[in-house]
Amino acid sequence: MSDTAVETAMPAVRRVDLKVKLLTVFVVFTNVVGNLAMSWGMRHQAADLGLSPLPYIKLIFSPWVLLGTTLLIFWLLSRMTLLGWADLSYVLPVTSIGYVMNAVLGKMVFGETISWQRWAGTAAIVIGIVLVGMTAANTTPNSEASSQ
Amino acid sequence: MRWTMVAIIVGTTAVGDLLQSFEMKRHAVAAEELRPDRWARVLGDFARRLPLVLAVFLMAISFFAFMKLLSLADLSFAVPVTAASVVLETLLARLLLGESVSALRWAGVFSVACGVVLLAM
Repeated sequence: MSDTAVETAMPAVRRVDLKVKLLTVFVVFTNVVGNLAMSWGMRHQAADLGLSPLPYIKLIFSPWVLLGTTLLIFWLLSRMTLLGWADLSYVLPVTSIGYVMNAVLGKMVFGETISWQRWAGTAAIVIGIVLVGMTAANTTPNSEASSQ
Repeated sequence: MRWTMVAIIVGTTAVGDLLQSFEMKRHAVAAEELRPDRWARVLGDFARRLPLVLAVFLMAISFFAFMKLLSLADLSFAVPVTAASVVLETLLARLLLGESVSALRWAGVFSVACGVVLLAM
């Protein structure tokens, strides 16, 4: 069966599109905010680190690093759930919006500069996500998600 | 050493993602299971599924290999490696998981990969 035929022969998968999109937003949010919180925590505590393990333990339990770690655990578990509902070849490019958001937040929060290459990269990622977003999220008929 | 780290990162990331996708497609989590009072049960279920445990172990190896790579090379070298794994994993998802990757999806994947490379410049 051709790729196009598989996509048109599976109208049932369209029903899971909304929950896939909502969970995708959650996966991206936990990844981006988790990384930001970790980065913020590390930047404000890293200068105190030495050879003793105590500063590292203190760092892990500092509010920002703890928030970041918690969010990244949620990211890992929600991404696993998403992989049960959508193709790996769909999840990988679509969640790449996280790269763009990390770059934009890096500029806003840490004052990092964004060169023209980075803006071009941002545009290419957004175009790629739009293209992948136009395809069916799940193309494997044996999945439980397609029967829900 | 640098390319050994790249091979470890790409290999462990690809195998880890394929294992997660394969196992989660076999037993997907139902939307009703996402309520906070069911989280502990879902987490316990994940912890008993060997492919998922193995995938997390591979992700940990990938993370530490990435840290090591950052000590050997610039971020502008290390990040595009992630982009390369997106293309490789799409190919493996088609070949091993039987996903239907249309021309439109391929175009999107390559566009994203190029974008990640440009972001790292």
